[in-house]
Amino acid sequence: MTVDFTFDGRPMTAESGQTVGGALLAAGVLSWRTTRVNGRPRGLFCGIGVCFDCLVTVNGEPNVRACLVPVSHGDVVVTQEGDGRG
Amino acid sequence: MVVVGAGMVGAACALYLARAGLAVTVVDRGPVAGGTSGAGEGNLLVSDKGPGPELDLALRSQELWRSLAEEELGARGESFEYEAKGGLVVAFTPADFAALQVFAATQNEAGVRAEEVPAEQLSEFEPHLAPDVAGGFWYPQDAQVMPALAAARLLKASGAALRLGSAVTGLLMSDGAVRGVRTTSGEIPARIVVNAAGLWSGAIAELAGSALPVQPRRGFVLVTEPLPPLIRHKVYSAAYVSDVSSSDAALQSSGVVEGTPSGPVLIGASRERVGLDRTPSYDALGRLAGQAAELFPFLERVAVQRYYCGFRPYLPDHLSAIGPDAHVAGLYHAAGHEGAGIGLAPATGELIAALVTGTKPMVDPEPFRPGRFADGCGCSEEAAR
Repeated sequence: MTVDFTFDGRPMTAESGQTVGGALLAAGVLSWRTTRVNGRPRGLFCGIGVCFDCLVTVNGEPNVRACLVPVSHGDVVVTQEGDGRG
Repeated sequence: MVVVGAGMVGAACALYLARAGLAVTVVDRGPVAGGTSGAGEGNLLVSDKGPGPELDLALRSQELWRSLAEEELGARGESFEYEAKGGLVVAFTPADFAALQVFAATQNEAGVRAEEVPAEQLSEFEPHLAPDVAGGFWYPQDAQVMPALAAARLLKASGAALRLGSAVTGLLMSDGAVRGVRTTSGEIPARIVVNAAGLWSGAIAELAGSALPVQPRRGFVLVTEPLPPLIRHKVYSAAYVSDVSSSDAALQSSGVVEGTPSGPVLIGASRERVGLDRTPSYDALGRLAGQAAELFPFLERVAVQRYYCGFRPYLPDHLSAIGPDAHVAGLYHAAGHEGAGIGLAPATGELIAALVTGTKPMVDPEPFRPGRFADGCGCSEEAAR
């Protein structure tokens, strides 16, 4: 079973139950956020929900931890810039 | 000489003692700011204090903090996120506002700048504040620092020798006087020992055969997801002032909300005396979230990412113990600042340095005399003298 989603408009596929962070990593994507002050790239760091480094915007909701949230069919995942609130 | 405790108060003691010409070693069983100093919000407040010795100490400390931030350390690139952001105290009911007006009038007489803000003008200070409030007061002197960074900066500036990861296991004594400390990494001779061990200052006093009745008063802080700057000042409800001065062991909480330079909003403040229990209290956490949303309704739609928990070193009369021990020559206490230790630290260090060196103190030390807890040290007031 696979589920389809998009990342920055690109079609992607995840295993059922796989997290957003896991699916992006499996697709070779290492970064999906920029830091608030210096605009540096960020992706998975702890991978277990503790460090809040892997924040990403999912279906318009910013600051979602990519390492915890499973991919749902049709999810729209976009790179989060800064605090994700424009 | 030795300072026990590498928190904010110990760091400030080290700085002002070193400036007075003393060679200082700071000992801590953990890291810098590993206890209460690292678990708070870094508030430098005068707004929550009525006239009295603690306010005098706080006002002197505000001057010292500003000088440290803008002229001494900050000017040479050793900043510690000092923000002279000011505080806004908000009353939800006309009765609370009337009480706040009375309180602020007494503060004004004691040297605090407290400016009344009518309800319709509060949005000029905080555009996202709840609209249904009765009024507020603006306290331009309130400020904030990043406490762990500030403690580290002051320690470095002091030039003190640091012995971190070294627990004090005993005091070296002879003829009723201090001769040094015994630690897990050896003995350190010293004729003067300053007990700035915060929550553990009672245990240090006991090692010297003395006592200090410090108890932990627990608090939780909620940390939201990072946000753009939406909250400009420290904002809290008028109920906070009565919570701070309460001696009740049961849970009290009132909304205290502030933004941070890095984005997350910090939400406090709860108080309860439950020992050193770190079990999350969903009652306390839920109340904090609700009270913050009462102040700033947009917070209802903001996620809390985590919380942290800490313990204020509480003394039964809500006043810190600063000065020489009643019995043991050479032992000084600088502890028990409860939730105000960051704000009060520089004036505490300055006062300790004046008492140690016999120079004129900037603040009257008498109300802070550690020997005032006569029952707590198992001796009568007469015997203590």
